[in-house]
Amino acid sequence: MSQRVITYAEAVREAIGQAMEADPSVFMLGEDIGIYGGAFGVSGDLIQRFGPERIRDTPISELGIVGAAVGAALVGMKPIVEIQFSDFTAQAMDQIVNQAAKIHFMLGGELSVPMVLRAPTGSGTGAAAQHSQSLESWFAHVPGLKVVMPSSPYEVKGLLLSAIDDPNPVIVLEHKLLYKTSGEVPEEMYRIPIGVSNLVREGKDLVMVATGIMVSRCLEAAQELSAIGIDVSVVDVRSLTPLDMGPIEDQIRKTGRVMLVQEAPKHVGYMAEIAARISEGPAIYSLLEPIKRVCGMDVPIPYAPQLEKAVVPQLPGIISAAQELLRGV
Amino acid sequence: MATITPLLGNDAGAISESKEAALAALESLHSIRSFEEAVDGLFARGMMHGTMHLSIGQEAVATGVCAALKESDFITSTHRGHSHCIAKGADLTRMMAELLAKQTGYCRGRGGSMHIADAKTGNLGANGIVAGGIPIATGAALAQKMKGLDNVVVSFFGDGATNEGAFHEALNLAAVWQLPVIFVCENNKYGMSNSTEFSMNIGHIAERGAAYGIPAVTVDGNDIDAVYLAAKEAVDRARQGGGPTLIEAETYRHKGHSKSDKNLYRTKEEIEDWKLRDPIGKFEHLCMEKNLLTKEEVDQVNAKVRETIREAIRSASEAPDSSPDELISSVFRVA
Ligand SMILES: Cc1ncc(C[n+]2csc(CCOP(=O)(O)OP(=O)(O)O)c2C)c(N)n1
Ligand SMILES: [Mg+2]
Repeated sequence: MSQRVITYAEAVREAIGQAMEADPSVFMLGEDIGIYGGAFGVSGDLIQRFGPERIRDTPISELGIVGAAVGAALVGMKPIVEIQFSDFTAQAMDQIVNQAAKIHFMLGGELSVPMVLRAPTGSGTGAAAQHSQSLESWFAHVPGLKVVMPSSPYEVKGLLLSAIDDPNPVIVLEHKLLYKTSGEVPEEMYRIPIGVSNLVREGKDLVMVATGIMVSRCLEAAQELSAIGIDVSVVDVRSLTPLDMGPIEDQIRKTGRVMLVQEAPKHVGYMAEIAARISEGPAIYSLLEPIKRVCGMDVPIPYAPQLEKAVVPQLPGIISAAQELLRGV
Repeated sequence: MATITPLLGNDAGAISESKEAALAALESLHSIRSFEEAVDGLFARGMMHGTMHLSIGQEAVATGVCAALKESDFITSTHRGHSHCIAKGADLTRMMAELLAKQTGYCRGRGGSMHIADAKTGNLGANGIVAGGIPIATGAALAQKMKGLDNVVVSFFGDGATNEGAFHEALNLAAVWQLPVIFVCENNKYGMSNSTEFSMNIGHIAERGAAYGIPAVTVDGNDIDAVYLAAKEAVDRARQGGGPTLIEAETYRHKGHSKSDKNLYRTKEEIEDWKLRDPIGKFEHLCMEKNLLTKEEVDQVNAKVRETIREAIRSASEAPDSSPDELISSVFRVA
């Protein structure tokens, strides 16, 4: 039976709507999420369905909004915060890093912060350096925060519902170029567990490990490479914290070659952690070639369209990196 | 190079009291309007990329404030910053080149509409972060004081920005350190889709000055004389060591927030009503009523400005595209 196809933005909205219907303690807060429908149109008609009390449009006050979510979460609500661009989490970092992440542990375990913080992330819209960053490793580096990067409409609905259920703060980073992409998404409320990597394609020559939008880009690359006889596995690290190395190590054992692909700058990026984990474990003995990282350049995201493309991995670059890896260069 | 001669350092009373000042102010006002209309057009035709925020309807604020500044004074600006840039004297060709992602642009095509800075005219930069420039202006003012200079700094920002912590912390610092900074809030009634009634529990943003013990005024931001006179008083006070001022200039943006705005949060009637209070039309009318300028003189300014903007687009378009070769080497300044 063929399934219903909706966009990524619609999948996010559907997950939030269903969670709000199921649980009166779930509510949303963020800038321009009311009549405007959200900066990327994600909240859409939720304001008509649930009203301004639960779809709580806010002044431009990121620190205050996230802090209010932390406080509400402490006493039994389940807030979903939308930060207009992940770059503006910088404004709210005290509440995210010093408060939300630490409360459960630091205060002895009785209190917890069941908050979801969603933010559009990544480059590709010509919005330049303060609206295009990939900051996932900031969050992944802080014990107490869970971090997910859903890579498709199916993934985002399932991961977001798990994030809402989770009794801990979960950061959900949604790549803004994915919002308009579509895919099959079941209507029922299904969950994708946080902390499980996903083998999305199985091959025998090499494994690409990717996050966020790079998952679909690697799948495209794998498709093209298969036409020239190169058989690629792709693992979606959909949960950055907690991290599941299982499928990555399995595929390394099978293929002997690994390529780590992220949009964020290479230096101290998330893929450095995966490379380190590979090196620390038995999988390293299966490697026929050194680990190859394909990452963003270590520069702020530029405005000019050709420059913006040049600084993050694109399809041709991923394909040629895979060919290099197979040739041993 | 396509430049205009903006009205800076006016000292002759209200702008509408001097023919010379009025002509220069009109040139700034029209340059901003024409530049923004050109940008809107280029965007609509797909010739410009990214996003942009237009100042159409708000021209009198930047023009009136800069009329009270010297060339060596500084400004910080916002995402809606083309007007500030032009009023402080920027080169329109380099601005246009930046928006067209050219190597000759103010930021070599790396910043785009939201990030134009111009060291030569004291523009410390537009900003993609709401309220991001307000503490920076405060720091620049601190430096003037520490160096014993008599320059002042103006920070432009919107009504929405005053709900950020950065605004409040910066005002407090400027107040306790008595810094030569003028906080200019362009209250255009909305931060994106949220009206000031929705986002704050006070009638006037100027009321926020009291919390920090600094002088604060509300002026009609569509009346360039009112803006100028308030700015002049604040600038004179700051230059003489009298500390910061908060100016709230009430105005309105005729266009949507940015390229992707359906205007669902306000009525057509409201927009039309504010268009009747257009700052440029109002000023032209006043100058002609006072027999300061003739219709021909007004039309001449308009025609001259339009040709300047056309020239800016022409030469910017011919410039080479922004170069990818120097990306890595541009991240740090080499000592
Ligand atoms: C810290 C931060 N939060 C949110 C945004 C998104 N944003 C850009 S402009 C804007 C509205 C700003 O309103 P206001 O300060 O009144 O300026 P105006 O756009 O009206 O000129 C918003 C919410 C941003 N750029 N930075
Ligand atoms: Mg505003």
